[in-house]
Amino acid sequence: MSDFWIHLLVYLVILFGFVIVSVLIFIWLERRLIGRFQLRPGPNRAGPFGLLQPIADAIKVLIKEDIIPSEADKGVFWLAPLVAFVPVMLMFAAIPFADGVMLVDLNIGILYILAVSSVTVIGIFMAGWSSNSKYSLLGAMRTIAQEVSYEIPLVLSILGVVMLTGSLSMNEIVKAQDVPFILLQPLGFFVYLSAAMAEVNRTPFDLLEAESEIIAGFHTEYSGMKFGLFYLMEYAEVLAVSAIATTLFLGGWQGPLLHPVFWFIAKVLLVFMFIIWVRATLPRLRIDQVMAFGWKFLLPLSLANLVITAFEILIAPDINTAVLIGINIAVMFGLILLFSRFYKLGGGRVSIK
Amino acid sequence: MAIKTENFILNIGPQHPSTHGVFRLRIVLDGEVITDLEPVFGYLHRGIEKLAEGRTYLQDIPFTDRLDYLGSMTNNHAYVMAVEKLAGITVPERAEYIRVILDELQRIASHLAGLGFFLNDLGALQTPLLYMFREREKIVELFDMCSGQRLNYNYYRFGGFVQDLPEEFLPALKILLDTLPGFIDEYEQLISTNEIVLIRTKGVGVLKRDLAINSSAAGPVLRASGINWDIRRNDPYSIYNRFEFDIPIAKNGDTYDRYMIRILEMRQSVRILRQAVKDLPEGEIMGKAPKLLKPPAGEVYSRIEGPKGELGFYLVSDGTDKPYRWRVRPPCLLNLSALKDMVVGWKVADLMAIFGSIDIVMGEVDR
Amino acid sequence: MSVLSNTGGGILKGMRLTFKHLFRPWITVQYPEEKLAMSKRIRGNQVIWVKETCIACLACARACPVKAINMEVSRGEDRKLKVDHMSIDFGLCIFCGLCVESCPTKNAIYMGCGYETTTYRCTNVEKAEGQSFSECRCRELILTGDELGPSETRVLSGYDRPDAAEKLPLQTLLINKKGYFER
Repeated sequence: MSDFWIHLLVYLVILFGFVIVSVLIFIWLERRLIGRFQLRPGPNRAGPFGLLQPIADAIKVLIKEDIIPSEADKGVFWLAPLVAFVPVMLMFAAIPFADGVMLVDLNIGILYILAVSSVTVIGIFMAGWSSNSKYSLLGAMRTIAQEVSYEIPLVLSILGVVMLTGSLSMNEIVKAQDVPFILLQPLGFFVYLSAAMAEVNRTPFDLLEAESEIIAGFHTEYSGMKFGLFYLMEYAEVLAVSAIATTLFLGGWQGPLLHPVFWFIAKVLLVFMFIIWVRATLPRLRIDQVMAFGWKFLLPLSLANLVITAFEILIAPDINTAVLIGINIAVMFGLILLFSRFYKLGGGRVSIK
Repeated sequence: MAIKTENFILNIGPQHPSTHGVFRLRIVLDGEVITDLEPVFGYLHRGIEKLAEGRTYLQDIPFTDRLDYLGSMTNNHAYVMAVEKLAGITVPERAEYIRVILDELQRIASHLAGLGFFLNDLGALQTPLLYMFREREKIVELFDMCSGQRLNYNYYRFGGFVQDLPEEFLPALKILLDTLPGFIDEYEQLISTNEIVLIRTKGVGVLKRDLAINSSAAGPVLRASGINWDIRRNDPYSIYNRFEFDIPIAKNGDTYDRYMIRILEMRQSVRILRQAVKDLPEGEIMGKAPKLLKPPAGEVYSRIEGPKGELGFYLVSDGTDKPYRWRVRPPCLLNLSALKDMVVGWKVADLMAIFGSIDIVMGEVDR
Repeated sequence: MSVLSNTGGGILKGMRLTFKHLFRPWITVQYPEEKLAMSKRIRGNQVIWVKETCIACLACARACPVKAINMEVSRGEDRKLKVDHMSIDFGLCIFCGLCVESCPTKNAIYMGCGYETTTYRCTNVEKAEGQSFSECRCRELILTGDELGPSETRVLSGYDRPDAAEKLPLQTLLINKKGYFER
């Protein structure tokens, strides 16, 4: 019995430390990398290569004055950052860092992660509502619409992987990948990455905190550590999404020579750098275009992916892997081309009388 | 049973990351759709027209720099041309060619800044802005070489210029002209075929032909609606009738066309620059102008094709050395007058895109 | 109404361009460790008055659009004009250079090269009786007489003065930066 408690405590400390340190490194990496894309070095004054910049940010956030608007709903205002941040930390409990090295090896791992990640939406809405400001309300309304509607393609794209593995446990999924699932499920990977970027509000879906339109969306009225928690939540969610993408599609901790934890972290960084690359290049979409993209494009694609995977498993389970990969990639390009010709993205002008 | 809804009024206040300068908009929203719009401006009013009446004509030239502060050379040119018409001063050949060179360079620089901020409003995280400002930096350094400052040049004088171009100017300009078309191709690769830009801007904020003419729009906004009117062609000033260049016209009048017209105008400016640099004659820089200018009594209205539109100066002189009336026709303010018809029915995100595509500098709107 | 015409090809082209930019040298300058050489004709934040060559004609005071130059002249014993008091208010000056152009001797008033005018604390503040701190005129902004002369930190600029322009270094230009044209 005490074995269980020791295991729990050790992993709690490791996970907490991992998340905080990773978020700090991610903040640094993102700012430097976006700077390099934009022909400038990024922050390089605070410490060598700017490595102490995130710590300076954290100290600044901690010592700022905590301002609460006078008409705000105080209890909800105070609780909102917690409700937004805690589920993100809970997601890390079921992600494998090496073979069996995780807080708890649930046999419904991926289902638990998806369920817990949906609770952050409530926190964001609480923040937007209780601020009693029109900008925050606009931001909060957009958030709910976007986050709830992108849950469905997210879940459906994961189902393809689950069907190939035969189990919901995260450790099993990694072990079943002799060939990384990105090759066997290219359409699933594309749908998962798009839906995940929309879930965590990264460009091109970051109209939630669109700086040029509604200042800062739901966290306009927040300052001090509450804002720090929202900031932390955003990066921790990106970290979680990248970690899930590596375990499901890129082969998790598997790799030839070096220690598995090293491979895991390298793959997470790769996915994160791709997300930054997309952020540095693309402008953002409008809210009705985001909804149309989710419902009219990603949802049918993920359903089609599910049906095709089911066919392949039933009809030809012993087919040669290379042929299967070829067929899947061809089907993915064909479907994307076909779908994009046949639908309209977003409404036009509304006539006002 | 219908659901009871309520419109709410949002104030996009004077301090906002996207209103280029201090500009206030009160919009009435029904959900996300804009139903009414009321602009409030005047936050940058400095009384330039009144201040200019108490100073001599020469002392008013620094004031013209501060009108549209992203395009000072063309402002100077418009004012200097008006006074030269009033007082009957002729400008030597070399000075005219240098004026064309500086005007076209200023047009490219102003379009780069305007497009960069437009894409910033669309949401592209300052990446196209920084690429465009890199090219603008090269042009601004050339201006720095001539006049000594980077923003308020104060370089034109009645009859020519203060000082001739320095010797390093022409070799540097030749290097710039060789590489600039390549960089404009890069911008098109990044933006013109990007699906997200196309979705956000095609068909959005259409300004119809008759409305464009009736609301006195000018410049790229007018040409994007399909009207073939450019003062360099229709009412030529300086020596523009010696150069051959095309005037890009678009058909639809939406936001994408306003963006595309500016890119095409930049390419045409490069074409004019090449011809002007090839034909630049030697000679003197300053025509005959008295030290203390007292133009004869009368009035004049002269206009040029600035980067934002038709910039005109109306001067009334009463024979003394200070003007009696000094009036600017601000192109940005008149382009802005059709904003309500362009925006009603679209969403908040489109408001920023449409507003950014008209390319406004508040220094000119408020004076 | 808009239709997704090109299925993601444009986005991929844009991303390829951004990726290429990772390998270009950066164009920012690490100030204050590296400083660029300014233009030879820079109209910096200083105006330099050379007392010895001034003939007290008041042309610069008349040319100033904002009346920042205050000069008092009087006729001395040898029937020549001399300057009693000369002060320039740099809170009013807009650094347009019209005074420099109007000088008939062409070597009595120059623009300065300096552009770094920030200080940590204003040291020369004089408050009148009953004035609050924000109302007082900062005396450092008004320079008189000998303070206006050239010195080590006040270098003559070449604006409308070709003799001073020859002594200044060449301007650093962005188009000459290495590693820049390979696309």
